[in-house]
Amino acid sequence: MAARKATAKTAAKPNVSSEELMAYYRDMLLIRRFEEKAGQLYGMGLIGGFCHLYIGQEAVVVGLEAAAKDDDKRITTYRDHGHMLACGMDPKGVMAELTGREGGYSRGKGGSMHMFSKEKHFYGGHGIVGANVPLGAGLAFSDKYRGNDNVTFTYFGDGAANQGQVYETFNMAALWDLPVIFVIENNQYAMGTAQARSTSTPDLYKRGEAFGIPGEIVDGMDVLAVKAAGETAVEHCRAGKGPYILEVKTYRYRGHSMSDPAKYRTREEVQKMRSERDAIEHVRTMLLDGDHASEEDLKAIDKEIKGVVNEAAEFSKESPEPALDELWTDIYAAEIPQENA
Amino acid sequence: MATEILMPALSPTMEEGTLAKWLVKEGDTIESGMIIAEIETDKATMEFEAVDEGTMGKILVEEGTEGVKVNTAIAVLLEEGEDASAAETAAAEAPAPATDEAPKATEEAPARAPASAAAPAPASADAEPDWPEGTETKTQTVREALNAAIAEELRRDPEVVLMGEEVAEYEGAYKITQGLLDEFGAKRIIDTPITEHGFAGVGVGAAFGGLKPIVEFMTFNFAMQAIDQIVNSAAKTLYMSGGQMGCPIVFRGPNGAAARVGAQHSQDYAAWYAQVPGLRVVMPYSAADYKGLMKTAIRDPNPVIFLENEILYGRSFEVPVLDDFTIPFGKAKIAREGSDVTIVSFGIGMTYAMEAAEKLAEDGVEAEVVDLRTLRPIDYDTVIASVMKTNRCVTVEEGWPVGSIGNHLSATIMTRAFDYLDAPVINCTGKDVPMPYAANLEKHALTSVPEVLEAVRQVTYR
Repeated sequence: MAARKATAKTAAKPNVSSEELMAYYRDMLLIRRFEEKAGQLYGMGLIGGFCHLYIGQEAVVVGLEAAAKDDDKRITTYRDHGHMLACGMDPKGVMAELTGREGGYSRGKGGSMHMFSKEKHFYGGHGIVGANVPLGAGLAFSDKYRGNDNVTFTYFGDGAANQGQVYETFNMAALWDLPVIFVIENNQYAMGTAQARSTSTPDLYKRGEAFGIPGEIVDGMDVLAVKAAGETAVEHCRAGKGPYILEVKTYRYRGHSMSDPAKYRTREEVQKMRSERDAIEHVRTMLLDGDHASEEDLKAIDKEIKGVVNEAAEFSKESPEPALDELWTDIYAAEIPQENA
Repeated sequence: MATEILMPALSPTMEEGTLAKWLVKEGDTIESGMIIAEIETDKATMEFEAVDEGTMGKILVEEGTEGVKVNTAIAVLLEEGEDASAAETAAAEAPAPATDEAPKATEEAPARAPASAAAPAPASADAEPDWPEGTETKTQTVREALNAAIAEELRRDPEVVLMGEEVAEYEGAYKITQGLLDEFGAKRIIDTPITEHGFAGVGVGAAFGGLKPIVEFMTFNFAMQAIDQIVNSAAKTLYMSGGQMGCPIVFRGPNGAAARVGAQHSQDYAAWYAQVPGLRVVMPYSAADYKGLMKTAIRDPNPVIFLENEILYGRSFEVPVLDDFTIPFGKAKIAREGSDVTIVSFGIGMTYAMEAAEKLAEDGVEAEVVDLRTLRPIDYDTVIASVMKTNRCVTVEEGWPVGSIGNHLSATIMTRAFDYLDAPVINCTGKDVPMPYAANLEKHALTSVPEVLEAVRQVTYR
C-alpha cells in the first residue's frame, strides 16, 4: 500500500460521545498541569538532571490511547511523562520518580527518562534516541509469537527518525508482519535542529515506503484526528497486516529540556502555535460549542486536575529518598521462579 | 493566597544566576506560560515562564541583580481579588532562600563496598564436582555439546526462540544450530537479515515481552554494532525499572581470534562485557562446560553474554550422559591440582594454561590451573584459595592487556591475599596491537605457551 496523505484534517462532526470528549479534555489537561508542576519543581531543584516536558504534544498520546485497548503495549523515548499519564499510571508514582524518591515507579533508580509499568504495559521511557524502536518491534514479536491480537505503540520523534536502527526495524517488522504502530511524533525540532536542517525529505510518514509499510500524516493538535488515525492503524495491525506508520505533526511549547534557552526558534512562532493551534483549547471549544459541557463542568475538571497534580507534587516531596541499600538491589533478577525451573 | 515566585534552577548544575530583566511590572496580569523574566545562567540567557495565574503583586528582586540563589523568592503573585497587602505579608514571611530539603532516607545503611579491605578473608572454594562420580560420559565436540544444550532447552521451554543470521536454513555459519529448524520450525528458529543492531534490539524487546530469546551473533565482532542494545537496554533495564522488567536473553557466538581473519574479526570481548553490572558473562573451555553453562544461561532470568570460540568448536572432551546437566554460574573449576603456582585462565586461554602445566610438570613444577568459566560473576574465592596455597599466580587470556581480566584479578589478589604472595602476579595477554593478518605476526600477537612458561619461571624465581 502506498503512503497516503489524510485529507480531512479535523473531524467536522466528531464521532465521539460527550463523555469521551470530556475524558480526553481531562487527560490532556492532566498532562499539561502535571508538566507545568514538574517544570516548577525542577526550578526549585527538587527534580534533577534532564527533564523533557511534553507540553503542547498532549493530543498525540491521548488520541492514540483512545484507540488502544488495555493489553496493548506502549514504549517511547525520553519525553515520556505524557505517555505514562495517558496510559493510566499514577501521577504520584511518576512525580515521585522525577524527584528521585522511594515512592517513584522505579523507586528513584530510573528518573525522568527511565520509568516502566508492567501492570499498564508501559515498557519505558528510554534515554537513547532510537533504541526503543527495535525494542517496540520485539514486544510486538512476543505478541505475534503468542498469537494474541495486541499491538505495540512505538513512539519516537522526528530526530530519532534519522537513526539507522529505525530502518533495520522497519525492514524486520514488515518482513515478519509484526503488529507494531510506529508513531513518529514530529514536533519539528530535534533538540535545537529544525527538521529542514536535519532531514533530506520532509515527509516522515513516507519513510516506510521502501519497506512496504503504509504511512499516514496526522494533525497532532487535533485529538480526534489522532484517534481516528490510531483506529485505522490498530485495525491494520490487529488484522495481521503488519506494521503501520503514523507521522503525527505536533509542537512542543517548552525547550528540549529544562536547560534549553530555545534560541533556534522565535518566541512568536511558539506563541502562534499556543494561541491558534492549542490542542486543549481545541477540545474545550468543541465541548462548549457543541453543548457537551458548560463552563462550570470544565471549571470542575480544572479544579479536580489541580488537586490531583498538587497531591502528586506533595507525595513526591514527602516520599523519602530510597534507602541506601537500594543501590545494590535489582541488578540481577532473582532465581528462576519454581514453576519455570 | 499569594504565591511566591522563586528563582528557578534552569540547568542540572545551576545554583545561582542573574535576574537580567523583568518583562512584567507590578500590577500586570500574569497568565500561565507567560514569559515574565530573563535569567542568565553560566551557559545562556533563559526565558522564565510563569506557572500560575494571577496579578504581579510585588517584585522582590530588582532586575540586574547578580548571584541570586536558586529558590530565593523573587516576586509575589496575587490571586483574583487579593490586594497588595497580601504581597507584603507573603514577602515578609518568605524564607529566603526557600529550602526544600528532601526527607532523608531513614536507614543510613553503609553502602556495601565491592571489596573488603586488606584483611585476608579466608576463601572457601566450592570443590563439588560438576557431575557425580561414576556417571557415564561420552566424547563430544564443543559444537555437538552446544547444539545439544540448545535443542534440549528448546524442547523444555516453548518460550525459548533462537534468532540470528543464517541460524535456520543455512544451519549456522559455524553449524552450531544444525538440525534445529527441522525439529522446531521457522516460528522458533528465525533467520534475521544482516542487521545486528536491529535484531539485538528486537530480541531484547521480545525478552521484555516475556520470551526467552537466544540471539546468535555470527561472531561477537559484529555485536559491536549492537552493544548499545546489550548494555543500555538489556543490562540496565531491570535496575532502571526498580526490578519490574527483566530481560531473559542469551547473546551467543564465537569470540576472539580464529585464524587469519584480521583485525576486525579477531577481538576478544571478555573484559568489555565483564565490566557491565546487569550482565552475566560466560566463557567456557570444555565441551561439558559449554553444555552445562549454556543450559543454565538459557534458564537464567538475566541477560547472558555467552562467549564461544571458533577454534574450540571442533575440540573433543568428555561430557556426562545425564538427562539434564547444568553447571551453576560463578563456580570456577580446578582443571589441574598443583602446589607451586596458580595459573588462572578461561575459554581458549585454557589451552595455553593446560599445555604449560604439563610442560612444567616435566620439570617438577606442579601448577594448579583454575578455569574461571564465568567472568560475571567471577569465583574469586577459588582463585584466592588457590593463591593462598601456591603463593604465586599467572593469568592467561587472549584479550588485550589494558583493563584485562588478568589486571582485575591481580588487583583482587593484591587486596585479599597480599601477605600470601611471594611474587608479583603476571598477566599473560594478547599484545597491545590490532590483530595482524600475516601468519607469523598473528601468532606473535596472541599469548603463547612459552610466554606462560616464562611467566611461571619469573614468579617461581627459577
